[in-house]
Amino acid sequence: MTEDTPLVEITDLGVEFRMREGVVRAVDGVSLHVRKGEVLGIVGESGSGKSISVRSIMQLLPKTAVLSRGSVLFRPPCGGEIDIAKLDRKGKEIRSLRSRHIGMIFQEPMTALSPVHTIGRQVMTPIRLHLGLGKKAARDRARELLQLVQMPRPDQMLDAYPHELSGGMRQRAMIAIALACNPSLLIADEPTTALDVTTEAQILDLLKSLQERLGMAIIFITHNFGVVADIADRIAVMYMGRVVESGPVDDIFEKPQHPYTRALMASVPRLGAERRRRLTTIPGMVPDPFELPKGCSFHTRCSEAVAGTCDRLDAPLIDLAGGRNVRCHLHSQNQTGGPDVG
Amino acid sequence: MLAYLTKRLFWSIPMLIAVSIVAFIIIQLPPGDYATAYVAELRHQGDTVDPLMEQEIRVHFGLDKPIYVQYWWWISGIVLHGDFGQSLDYNMPVSNLIWARLGLTLAISITSLLLTWLIAIPIGVYSATRQYSALDYVFTIFGFIGRGFPEFLTALVLMWLAYSWLNMDVGGLMSAGMEQQPWSFAKVIDVASHIWVPLVVLATSGTAGLIRVVRANMLDELNKPYVETAYAQGLSERRVVWGYPVRVALNPFISTIGWALPSLISGDVITAVVLNLPTTGPLLLRALKNQDMYLAGSFILILSVFTIIGTLISDILLALSDPRVRRG
Repeated sequence: MTEDTPLVEITDLGVEFRMREGVVRAVDGVSLHVRKGEVLGIVGESGSGKSISVRSIMQLLPKTAVLSRGSVLFRPPCGGEIDIAKLDRKGKEIRSLRSRHIGMIFQEPMTALSPVHTIGRQVMTPIRLHLGLGKKAARDRARELLQLVQMPRPDQMLDAYPHELSGGMRQRAMIAIALACNPSLLIADEPTTALDVTTEAQILDLLKSLQERLGMAIIFITHNFGVVADIADRIAVMYMGRVVESGPVDDIFEKPQHPYTRALMASVPRLGAERRRRLTTIPGMVPDPFELPKGCSFHTRCSEAVAGTCDRLDAPLIDLAGGRNVRCHLHSQNQTGGPDVG
Repeated sequence: MLAYLTKRLFWSIPMLIAVSIVAFIIIQLPPGDYATAYVAELRHQGDTVDPLMEQEIRVHFGLDKPIYVQYWWWISGIVLHGDFGQSLDYNMPVSNLIWARLGLTLAISITSLLLTWLIAIPIGVYSATRQYSALDYVFTIFGFIGRGFPEFLTALVLMWLAYSWLNMDVGGLMSAGMEQQPWSFAKVIDVASHIWVPLVVLATSGTAGLIRVVRANMLDELNKPYVETAYAQGLSERRVVWGYPVRVALNPFISTIGWALPSLISGDVITAVVLNLPTTGPLLLRALKNQDMYLAGSFILILSVFTIIGTLISDILLALSDPRVRRG
């Protein structure tokens, strides 16, 4: 595997919920890739399809969800290439990837740990399952992992239950579980959203230092631009089940190209901003998923929408220089030099 | 854990004392007493009774003493000698009556309880993990019918079916001729051919209810994030379901196991009457009907004690299974 071959390559992924009221396309043609050792931040509002997209990588979709199209290529370090989208979600192949090669941290450390098993037992589960270690060796490894995630008093914590831990400590335990088998990819689904701000900063620092030490790739999902700024190499912004903009983190922060990205950034509170100015919000509501607007799905809330174009035509995905992509009519106008009305 | 146990044990002592006092007051609540009832009974049979006799009986049994003295006699008799007093109706010691039937009652009840768990828990778990599947609907229909159908009616229908189709006499616990005979292989076979009816009746209604409870608890738990975490570790569905949500879903159920103990003794009275079973249920019913005060009172006391012991067992089991209780 050369350095440029992505570790995970999602191409034209579609995930649908078939419900009585109709079909909801939670993910509608998402293409993403993560290189070895790279940190990708996925930013979007609730319901933008970011969680569903990354859950597809582990086939951890809700029962009602159907992976309707696209491919999810994963290249494990042992070589080879697996299209995860084609695997049976209960099958042996996907189970041997989960936790072994792809670890996952969840949003709610309060409820994501089993209330009836000790921390040690929960960290040992993937170790014993995938690495085939005996009880004693697995316990030693679990202790090392707790030290690695800077858990205070790791020896004691092995025998502690989740309800005896604080939120930050639970999230550390969660990270220890996810890293138990040294995965090449770590998926973090809003890992700090449920934590208070100081704890959030500690967990972010921990993830960053672990990434530097262990070198795994991370997909970091968040609705908060401020959180990914520090940790991500690249960013993908999602809206209504699509990636609307992606590119290197600095470029996007410096010069966001999509109106939605700009609107999101404007709505992040900043220290030292002009006094007594109201925080900018994005006007309107996320559209009803059963009745998606015609044309670009963001035109109903876009301050720069061009009548006759944005409300009629699907926005094309446009390659910009420097590994950047944007899905917006405004840029196709720039390219062709005039409004593209058809 | 030890501290928790000691605390729970300690608290059950004042509870037991309070319960015995309440039970005794309940015995005393009906108007009149043993003496009036006894004399009335004799008069009813046509005997001429010396008016002094009523007073003599009262003195003889100490019924003229203040209520707290009587309570002390009653409770010290139970605690020190295991003597629950005399049954008016049967004219024999209460303890003889109760303990003779208790073994059989416990045997039938515990077997049906285990049968219920054995059937209901796997079905409930299956129904929840395969929600809205064809089999889930089948079990749901069975659940509602089993729950809605009165037990005594199930018992009658089963008896009628067994009698008219299989030519079996399934009333009672054994055939009429067998009762006086010593235990033998033939007697065991005979009991087995009778005992399946109460077992099926009791297990059916219990299973139907428990399936619904297990299913509802499981549906709550299956959507919790820790289940997703377990899947994300690469565990198989079977290991995830039985190792995680089932453990948690059974907790509310474990905390009610204790209630099963008293209902094992008192419950299913109607079924037992319909099936003519020599268990404690019909005995309690008759004691209450005939105002057989000491028998009824002792029943109430024993049931209460079982409730307290049952709750204690529940608490211990729950503490064993749920660390949040044990170390909360």
